[in-house]
Amino acid sequence: MPEVLRDYLRSPPAVIGLALLLLVIAMAASAGWLFPRDPLALAGRPLVWPFQNPRFWLGTDNSGRDIAAQIFHGARISLLIGLVATAIAIAIGVVIGAVAGYCGGAVDTILMRVTEAFQTLPNFLLLLVLVVVFGSTITTVTIAIGVVSWPAPARLTRAEFLSLRNREFVQAGRVLGLRDARLIFGEILPNALPPVIVYASVVMAVAILLESALAFLRLSDPNVASWGNLIGLGRDVLRVQWYVSAVPGIAILVTVLAVSLVGQGLNDALNPRLKRR
Amino acid sequence: MRILALAGRRLAASLPTLLLILVGVFLLLQFAPGDTVDAMMAQMGGGDAATARQLRRFYGLDLSVPAQLGNYLWRLVRLDLGFSSIYGKPVATVIAERLPATILLMTAALSFAFFFGLVLGVVAARGVGRWPDTLISTLGLVFYATPSFWFGLMAIVVFSIYLQWLPAGGLEDITTAGTGIWRTIDIARHLVLPTLTLGLIFLAIYLRIMRASMLEVLNLDFVRTARSKGLDETRVVVRHVLRNALLPMVTLIGLQAGTMLGGSVVVESVFSLPGLGRLAYESVIQRDLNTLLGIVFVSALLVIAVNFVVDLVYARLDPRITTGT
Repeated sequence: MPEVLRDYLRSPPAVIGLALLLLVIAMAASAGWLFPRDPLALAGRPLVWPFQNPRFWLGTDNSGRDIAAQIFHGARISLLIGLVATAIAIAIGVVIGAVAGYCGGAVDTILMRVTEAFQTLPNFLLLLVLVVVFGSTITTVTIAIGVVSWPAPARLTRAEFLSLRNREFVQAGRVLGLRDARLIFGEILPNALPPVIVYASVVMAVAILLESALAFLRLSDPNVASWGNLIGLGRDVLRVQWYVSAVPGIAILVTVLAVSLVGQGLNDALNPRLKRR
Repeated sequence: MRILALAGRRLAASLPTLLLILVGVFLLLQFAPGDTVDAMMAQMGGGDAATARQLRRFYGLDLSVPAQLGNYLWRLVRLDLGFSSIYGKPVATVIAERLPATILLMTAALSFAFFFGLVLGVVAARGVGRWPDTLISTLGLVFYATPSFWFGLMAIVVFSIYLQWLPAGGLEDITTAGTGIWRTIDIARHLVLPTLTLGLIFLAIYLRIMRASMLEVLNLDFVRTARSKGLDETRVVVRHVLRNALLPMVTLIGLQAGTMLGGSVVVESVFSLPGLGRLAYESVIQRDLNTLLGIVFVSALLVIAVNFVVDLVYARLDPRITTGT
């Protein structure tokens, strides 16, 4: 592990990504302490420009809510939705990919058909359908994002399983009489997991972007301080007070950039062979 | 001919996928609160229960779910997508009206992303490790992380509001309804910002893939042979490397077709373009489930069609594919 860490810290983009990610995490952690009031409560005059009033250093939005408070609390929402949706997507993807890759045959065919169906249907469209059916509270939106994001991890897991399932250590386990579930989750999965975990960073980056797009279209939960919500609100006053949309967009950009840089850094550190390219 | 047969087989294999999508989404929409009749009654400003019952019978909504599904699929075979009560037209007509704008936007965004992704990827790979590479790779990372709708809004602020170079939305200017070449120019002007907005994230992906695959191919033996024959570097890249390095890019188009269609929902909403994506958004807001299901069907068809074309192009670029099977 220290070697991986040293490899990781040697790459400047990876270090920048880590620093940015820590910054966003710090924002999320300190939100309740720096802005103890409800971020969606009225705080002052509407549409105060940034750096005009020391009380609202990022200004206020159309209805007089503190933008800085919404940015800090929004970091919590984005990270929370990103992490939970990613966990859901990876969990579904790993189980389906593992079973398909391990069993092969008809089971594999059926599961891959389902995966293909999910990949053929544009995932944002499926997200819209899910929101129509199950409503748009933060819980349903998070689950829906997880549900539309699993096919890629499933394919990745399946590919790993296909290459691992006939190795000696698996055959040894089979000879010892281990049950299938034990072989899949106890023996093969730990070896198949590293590339999937690295890929989780891509899933998380996309999940954060999906949530913000949904919130921008006002189809996400309006009762939480989400960056996408704020951009959607700012659209009404875009002509003059463009900063209302601009500020949260930068927050999303920084977060997604941080997540993908960290993912790439991890990937390079774990696969030193690829790094030299 | 062999190529067509192969691609045709792939096309036939996508039929079960299409059926799976339709049945899945149809069953899913059964759980949606409110049906078409509820939406119509709301549109009419309310009505009594007897009218609702009558309407439900008229639209076959009083049948059991399997029967409704059977009816729906049977109508689909005859290319009848049902009736949109919100627009007061058959769903097929509503979608046909909106499809051209989306196809135009997607084609433009794809061409933009593919062309500049290719050029930037080649430039980055040629100067690997030096400042052009660093600059292009950094730009790629930033573009990848930029939310498209936000980029669109900021582009409107800069190019439409401050500089007033380009229109902020719509597909064409109705006040100066021109004909022929002027109309084409007008539509092109309206599509510049949406194309950039939708294409940005794909540009980032393509340039990254192109750079990686260029680097891989540049190290292969046949490139060394070409160089040792005395070919100059431009010829080596254009004639020998490019064709091989293009393969992953082409695969990616097929994989990303769905993502691009999903992205157009947001982009068309930002620029109020009358396309399929905006229709999807409107039917979600208005609970027009028939139209939504129709859009799901047409989008899946579109993705399958793109993949069919990609198969053909791929086989053309890589002759080994046809002899292999």
